[in-house]
Amino acid sequence: MGTSNMGKVLGLVFANMHDMTVKDLAKDRTMGSILFGGRYRLIDFPLSNFVNSGISTVGVITKYNYQSLIDHLGTGREWDLSRKKGGLYLLPPFSNVESKLYRGRLEAIYGVLNFIKSVHAEYILMSDCDVVANIDYKPVLSAHIESGADITCIAHTGQHNTELIKQSTVLTVDDNNVVKDVLIAPNLSGVCTLSLNMFLMKKNFLIDLVQTAIAQGRYSFERDILQSKLNDIKIVAYEYSGYFKKIYSEKSYFDANMDLLNLENCKELFNPRRSIYTKVRDNPPAKYGLNSHVKNSLIADGCVIEGTVENSVLFRGVNVGKGVTVKNSILMQDTIIGDGSEIKNVITDKNVSVGNDRTLISSDDYPMFIGKGASV
Amino acid sequence: MFNKKECVAMLLAGGQGSRLYALTQKVAKPAVPFGGKYRIIDFPLSNCVNSGIDTVGILTQYQPLVMNDYIGNGQPWDLDRLHGGVHILAPYQSQTGANWYQGTANAIYQNLSFIERYDPEYVIILSGDHIYKMDYDKMLSYHKEKGAAATIAVINVPIDEASRFGIMFADENGQINDFVEKPAEPKSTLASMGIYIFSFDILKKYLIENENDKSENNSKDFGKDIIPAMLNDGQKLYAYRFDGYWKDVGTIDSLWDANMDLINPNIPIDLYDQSWKIFSRNTGLPPQIIGKNARIQNSMVTDGCIIDGTVDFSMLSDGVTIEKDAIVTDSIIMPGAVIRSGAKVEYAIIGENSEICEGAHIGRRPEEMPNRDEWGVAVVGQDIKISSGAVVAPKQIISENM
Repeated sequence: MGTSNMGKVLGLVFANMHDMTVKDLAKDRTMGSILFGGRYRLIDFPLSNFVNSGISTVGVITKYNYQSLIDHLGTGREWDLSRKKGGLYLLPPFSNVESKLYRGRLEAIYGVLNFIKSVHAEYILMSDCDVVANIDYKPVLSAHIESGADITCIAHTGQHNTELIKQSTVLTVDDNNVVKDVLIAPNLSGVCTLSLNMFLMKKNFLIDLVQTAIAQGRYSFERDILQSKLNDIKIVAYEYSGYFKKIYSEKSYFDANMDLLNLENCKELFNPRRSIYTKVRDNPPAKYGLNSHVKNSLIADGCVIEGTVENSVLFRGVNVGKGVTVKNSILMQDTIIGDGSEIKNVITDKNVSVGNDRTLISSDDYPMFIGKGASV
Repeated sequence: MFNKKECVAMLLAGGQGSRLYALTQKVAKPAVPFGGKYRIIDFPLSNCVNSGIDTVGILTQYQPLVMNDYIGNGQPWDLDRLHGGVHILAPYQSQTGANWYQGTANAIYQNLSFIERYDPEYVIILSGDHIYKMDYDKMLSYHKEKGAAATIAVINVPIDEASRFGIMFADENGQINDFVEKPAEPKSTLASMGIYIFSFDILKKYLIENENDKSENNSKDFGKDIIPAMLNDGQKLYAYRFDGYWKDVGTIDSLWDANMDLINPNIPIDLYDQSWKIFSRNTGLPPQIIGKNARIQNSMVTDGCIIDGTVDFSMLSDGVTIEKDAIVTDSIIMPGAVIRSGAKVEYAIIGENSEICEGAHIGRRPEEMPNRDEWGVAVVGQDIKISSGAVVAPKQIISENM
């Protein structure tokens, strides 16, 4: 089962799904365009995974707030998706007179049904932007074909915390990974099989599902398909055991960034044989000044650091002034921290400017968020 | 039919750079890594684009593989254009035979047909071994204003260094009345930067004449033959003074100096200026990871580096690893190199993908030398492994595993 079969797969990314779980971060942007890991945006992960798995036709479904997403994606060239055959398709709402703002995944797909029908593909692989991982989809397709499943859900079995489970779909599977029960946002704890919101199925099968569901006024893929049709169709879980982080709250976003300070996690997520691609910004290297003290941090190009930085993630073009202390913080693109300031447990969005001798300290369990472009 | 261009750039990038020794064993000089995430050629290429020149011919000859790969379709420099863009021009075979480029002038002569496709008024000749930021459009305006046949960019150099350059004598209006290539006893400090703008018709005439001159002392070179011939004929040649930062990086010492200049806040070459970005091909590596034991000061570090040791006054290229308890000071570490735990690198240049094993010691501080004359930057070439505990002395150049 080589890449040739992967050429028959259409990748579909839902850029706005789960926006509400990270309201502050997604205030002016889609979930997919949230900045992550020093130089990336969340959509870079599904797009790079598709491309690295040999999927070269990708549709990106948006709902609102997608200006920054369009700016980020451009022609798709940075992901090698600027193609004559296939490539990147941006699918905004209202693309035909009948379409409206969707309520759920089924309506979202229905809104782009003409696109899906027109694409030369046999399978559809759907992904949201809430999971950060480096996944090879080739074995997923092989497993899908071998199991004879109608729908394959990529899932992870393990010890998950209650907060995460409450924001997820949980699957009960038998010994052959066939899904026997589907729980949506359950109140559970302990070991369970968590859906990563990535689904693979035949294109025509999905088209039928969607057309029937819409005719019946249904719109939720999880409730109206996975749950309701469980006894009529074969749903199989594909166990993904590699590194991943799901983002389901501002705190989990903070933790997922901090998790990259562990070298092993970083190496697995940014496997050089399967790179994660992103928009290039042509920043010069990061510059460490005379009295800089940087420890246990992820630093992107274009940063100029003249103070102390510990346990933090600094995005491209961040400026840390003299005598500054930054601890346990995430400073997004072009944040400026003025001389003598002290920052702890803070997330600054893009272009935040903190003056000289300011103190911004939040508690360890609840990082302070400073919105895009704010001056402190 | 090709769209007409006012000015076409020809970038001479075929030189071996023999004075960089082990560093140019596998790559041409313009493709040598520089300043963390750049290669030398990024500077003239970015200058072209920032100056509004969108048609560039790159003349290659020596070890072109890395260069061709790096330039690709020119997209990182915004030179993938509908009309013009970047073109690699390698020596080729023709009906009359096949010739290597025999000199800078001959290289351009052999590619006259490339230039003619764009029917330009002007041609700018650039070289791929200088670090500087310059607006060629201003120089072109000067050329037009003076009605010059050729304009040569010049910079003031210290008198004791002048014998390394082509030295110019110009009157108060900037008109050049004499030019001497690398004079033993220089009488002026106006040095040629190797940047020439020619009115194309005149250049073409001189290139053809030079090509037809079969005498033995014809080296088919701009500095040695074309410029003197034009001066001899009374053509109007003007000197265009440049007072920004400019550095020839043709030697180990100057390459080391120029990298260190980027770290020095008092040197006027600003890579952080958004209005004149230097572009480079992106590596796609993740941000740099700074470990719990790291100590970094006065240095530049780029994507993909993993640092857990001590780094001071150094320039680290992409994907460099500095392990715990390794010490790197006053050094340049090129892409993908690994400095293992307990190794010490001082006043050294470590080539691409080389590995310095545990406890090895490369280079030394000048103040530790009993005889200062024996001191110099130590160099480890590309893809070299220096085994545990090995010592590389100052000035030594290593081109085989040790």
